[in-house]
Amino acid sequence: MTDVKLDEGAREPSGRPGLTGRASSHYRRIRTMGWRQLVPRLLLAAVLIFIAVWILFVTEVSSAQAAINEPGRFLRSILDSITNASLYFIVASGFTLIFGLMRTVQMAHGSMFLLAGYIALTFQRERLDINQGISPEQVSASNWLLPLIFAVLIVSGLGLVIQQVFLRWNAGQDLRQAIITIAISIIMADQMTANFGGVAKDITWPREIHGFIETENFRYATHRFFIIGVALGVGGLLWLLLNKTRTGMVIRAGVDDTPMVQALGINVHKVFAVSFALGSALAALGGVIGGSHASLAPSVDAEWLLHSLVVVIIGGLGSLRGAAAGSLLYGLAKSFAPAYLPASLTNYSIIATFAVLAIVLALRPYGMFGRAE
Amino acid sequence: MSDVLLEVADLNVGYGSAQVLHGVNLTVGGAVSLVGRNGMGKTTLCKAIMGLLPTMGGSIRFKGRELVGSPPHRIAASGIGYVPQGRRLFQSLKVNEHLAMLSRGAKGKRWTPNAVYELFPRLAERKKLGATKLSGGEQQMLAIGRALLLNAELLVMDEPSEGLAPRIVEQLVETCRRLVEEGISVLLVEQNLGVATAVSERQLVMVSGRIEREMTASELIDDTDAQRRYLGVESLEEVEAASS
Repeated sequence: MTDVKLDEGAREPSGRPGLTGRASSHYRRIRTMGWRQLVPRLLLAAVLIFIAVWILFVTEVSSAQAAINEPGRFLRSILDSITNASLYFIVASGFTLIFGLMRTVQMAHGSMFLLAGYIALTFQRERLDINQGISPEQVSASNWLLPLIFAVLIVSGLGLVIQQVFLRWNAGQDLRQAIITIAISIIMADQMTANFGGVAKDITWPREIHGFIETENFRYATHRFFIIGVALGVGGLLWLLLNKTRTGMVIRAGVDDTPMVQALGINVHKVFAVSFALGSALAALGGVIGGSHASLAPSVDAEWLLHSLVVVIIGGLGSLRGAAAGSLLYGLAKSFAPAYLPASLTNYSIIATFAVLAIVLALRPYGMFGRAE
Repeated sequence: MSDVLLEVADLNVGYGSAQVLHGVNLTVGGAVSLVGRNGMGKTTLCKAIMGLLPTMGGSIRFKGRELVGSPPHRIAASGIGYVPQGRRLFQSLKVNEHLAMLSRGAKGKRWTPNAVYELFPRLAERKKLGATKLSGGEQQMLAIGRALLLNAELLVMDEPSEGLAPRIVEQLVETCRRLVEEGISVLLVEQNLGVATAVSERQLVMVSGRIEREMTASELIDDTDAQRRYLGVESLEEVEAASS
């Protein structure tokens, strides 16, 4: 051993590219944080201040009036944002599992949402044997919960089948996955229109969460608080799953380096199948709640696919925190734009949501909590 | 010499149309080092054994069972621990999570997360750190510990000393020897002759996708000509001559 030159000394400097490379790029970032970084930040701050001042003080031109004059409307907009954000989060957290973490392009996520809604709706009407105009007084908790559970089970099963039959062997082939799932979503949309009609329908909330929470000069629907609670529950459980269970660790490891996980004796395909089913189940849960909160109609599937995409892109692919933050930001933009834009421009409020998307991506190309590839 | 655990016969492997391994034959039982220059196919062989690359022909038998065609997770679970080149730790996982995710099958066996912490007390101190925050030596400990949790009979180690400081390399050699003494077979791929010859007596020399020669550790240490020819290593005398 002594008469052989050990060459690790020579290799040492280049030997840890991961560490030294990261450190030096970090320094480079700090050093170049001159005007190129500063200007967009200042611009963003100016825009935010302008929006805040506008919402607080500018009256007459917007439908909700200035916030200092009409605090009730302001509070309502905030609550609406959070409710909407909650529903976005439920659906988009499933999407972030499938698309963000496992990188499976699932363009039928919205179809899962809508199908679950229709299944629950049908099941609820069957149970009550009423076909139209159900009032919440007639609906017991079980007549809402059982359809929910039924729809979630069927749709997560369907998701599993789609993944196993169509997507599993196309791993990493984004374009193929996109085309396959878009085809599935079109077929499903047509079949749903054929079976459930083109008229908007809604699932009826049970009497337990119907009604309002009222104070002296303010009232707000109870079921909206219920939606917020469900979202918090989903977020908490998903966090526990991903961070505290072996399955969650395997999912995260598999996202980093799938072949390596396999080379450690773990059947990663099984774990991915489970998470695909779970992602579909979350779309289904969102669909039943969304179908109760708003309504089910053709094209709702495409809307929810778009919501999920926007939220996951704003928040950062594969990040649970990102999905939460993205939902909130998207929810805020969605509720505040129609309420506080000048009344003549309300029709253009949808643009505000895409302005948010553009601003976030301009500042953080991988989303708020995204990680560079 | 231990019984033959792994038997590779006439193995051909390539990427697309570029063939890298041309009829590799080797057996592993106990500790064996595979040495050779960069690009000779050492890592390709490791990946092929683990099922991470498709083979173009030949066979890989482990404990008499054919591995070719099995998915990687079956191969690993049958008792082969893989310590890959560049460690390939999971950047989203903490140290303890690397071990926890593999602890299911380890219960009641020789290697559990606690046993790994006993072997590498440094890791126990850094349980809650992200894997990317570890030093090179600690990362290597984790990569080895992770492979041990499979309670493998054979460890396939691909360039474990790469990029480590000399003092850490010595510890690595110590660890490898300890594992071999415990009865674990090791296929050690190394460019560092010091490590390769310290860990095992059998030295397989790989040249252009073939096992060119088998030597003993002392033969290889004494044969400066072979070192230069097969490994591109300068002998100590030449280094001294050049510097004076």
